Amino acid sequence: MTTVSNPTKGRRRSPFYRFAIKTLQTLATIAVTMLGLLFVTFFIGRVMPVDPVLSIVGERASKEIYDNAYRALGLDKPLIVQFFYYLRDVVQGDFGTSLRTGFPVINDIKRVFPATMELATIGTIMGVVIGVPLGVLAAVKRGTWIDQVARVVALIGYSMPVFWIGLIGLLVFYGILGWIGGPGRLDIFYEDLVPQVTGMILIDSALDGNWEVFRNAFSHIVLPASLLGYYSLAYISRMTRSFMLEQLGSEYITTARVKGLSEWNVIWKHAFANIKVPLITVIALSYAGLLEGSVLTEIIFSWPGIGSYITTSLLSADMNAVMGGTVVVGLVFVLLNIFAELLYKFFDPRAT
Amino acid sequence: MNGITIENLNVWFGDYEDRVDAVKGASFSVPKGGSFGLVGESGSGKSTILRAIMGLFDTWSGKIEVLGETLTHKRDREFYRKVQMVFQDPYASLHPRQSVDQVLSETLSLHGFKDIDARISKLLEDVGLGPAFRFRYPHQLSGGQRQRVAIARALAPEPEILLLDEPTSALDVSVQAEILNLLSDLRAERKLTYLMVSHDLAVVGHLCHDIAVMQLGKIVEVLSIEDMRALQTREDYTRTLLQASMGYELRG
Repeated sequence: MTTVSNPTKGRRRSPFYRFAIKTLQTLATIAVTMLGLLFVTFFIGRVMPVDPVLSIVGERASKEIYDNAYRALGLDKPLIVQFFYYLRDVVQGDFGTSLRTGFPVINDIKRVFPATMELATIGTIMGVVIGVPLGVLAAVKRGTWIDQVARVVALIGYSMPVFWIGLIGLLVFYGILGWIGGPGRLDIFYEDLVPQVTGMILIDSALDGNWEVFRNAFSHIVLPASLLGYYSLAYISRMTRSFMLEQLGSEYITTARVKGLSEWNVIWKHAFANIKVPLITVIALSYAGLLEGSVLTEIIFSWPGIGSYITTSLLSADMNAVMGGTVVVGLVFVLLNIFAELLYKFFDPRAT
Repeated sequence: MNGITIENLNVWFGDYEDRVDAVKGASFSVPKGGSFGLVGESGSGKSTILRAIMGLFDTWSGKIEVLGETLTHKRDREFYRKVQMVFQDPYASLHPRQSVDQVLSETLSLHGFKDIDARISKLLEDVGLGPAFRFRYPHQLSGGQRQRVAIARALAPEPEILLLDEPTSALDVSVQAEILNLLSDLRAERKLTYLMVSHDLAVVGHLCHDIAVMQLGKIVEVLSIEDMRALQTREDYTRTLLQASMGYELRG
């Protein structure tokens, strides 16, 4: 009788030891990635033909004032030293002050990121809840009219420019029908009525029990979130369809059928179970894409999110804000990827 | 009572100008407890007949009778309890993310068996796998071990008929013999009816009493295994096929 254990693997470490090593590896990955990101954003920020001193002291300042500000910013030091100063500040959560808003960048981000996150999360949930079943259905009913309809729906989602569909949506549902709220996150009347906890108004108002604010916030978010949802639905449903087709063509699916399993169980318990891992990657990437802030959607709906924040800052040469925003977006991206990787282990029983 | 009776079976794929007739007017019968082989070149429609019996296609006409019951286009769960199938490629036919235990227990609970735990141990033992294999995943098994798991899975609901679709052709020659011996032992123990597809006449000769020779979707000739060995054929095609195959075996 053969034994299960593999003697070539060396002596076995305790589970705790392996967990600790794994965690350290993950943290090291995050640290290295973030260091690289900071390095790149810092140097791009420095080579930009923008004089940060001028934007502080103004064009008519004397040479003496200019030089003082120049030294105060540490610009007389070598670039690499400046980078370490920047690194030290960033580690302490200090991205400098935004020249445009006059607030510390980190405060600005705390304000704009939840707005984007609220939008992106609802959009992604819609994309998953509708897109995944639609993709599965299209794969199962391959070549029928259902498949064709799903294809057209996805194609429209891909190819319609969001600024156009957003404006038409506003015109019809806000302008003509009056079913939903207009641009912005709330009507002015409702602003600052609920204490800020998460920065996501739907959650904050629910926590506060202020359902009037909740309803108003919902009427404002429903259209932009649906647009983003439609966009991610288009992508997720197409990917789901192609993953499912690959699985449904495999012989183990035929085996499942001859076991006597119902078609429902063949599809969901056997085929779908096997596409969870690639699907998680697709969903995580799509969510990360939305979290970077969809600039066009945010601008059309006057949504004070991170996409429009970074873009506006860039246009007014506010490099601290741009760099801070980029680093936060990068961090979110890295964290989301690691989270997706953790989910793989959860969904794939073979991973040990 | 016959185990399987096929009368004037047609199977086709596609419509109109794309239509391919994979099986044309096939008829044969397998007595209960018998062992019947379908041989022929690849693409001659052998596997298609097995799959039509299993209800994997909807586009067939003719009569399929299994254990005295004429089948309709819909198969119920009871059918899959009585008739099971083993596939050609054990690398593809096992769910890659289910352990051996899951594969077997799903089938058992689906068909309403109660003492699942004991049955899994017994099944593994019957196919020559120890209890150590119970919680392994397919990628941790060799080809022969996988095919044993596939056979155990097919045997799980205690079927009376086993359809074998080239059960050894994806395996090494040394492992082929083991699996064939296992199959013939199991048939003797459990009084199973086999319907087997193979292009390897040695395999068919080892396991079957009668064979049907197929060519281009049609059954050319049905003959006993003794006639096959003695080259007692009525049709030229059969003789050509047998000679080609035996010539290869002699040289090989």
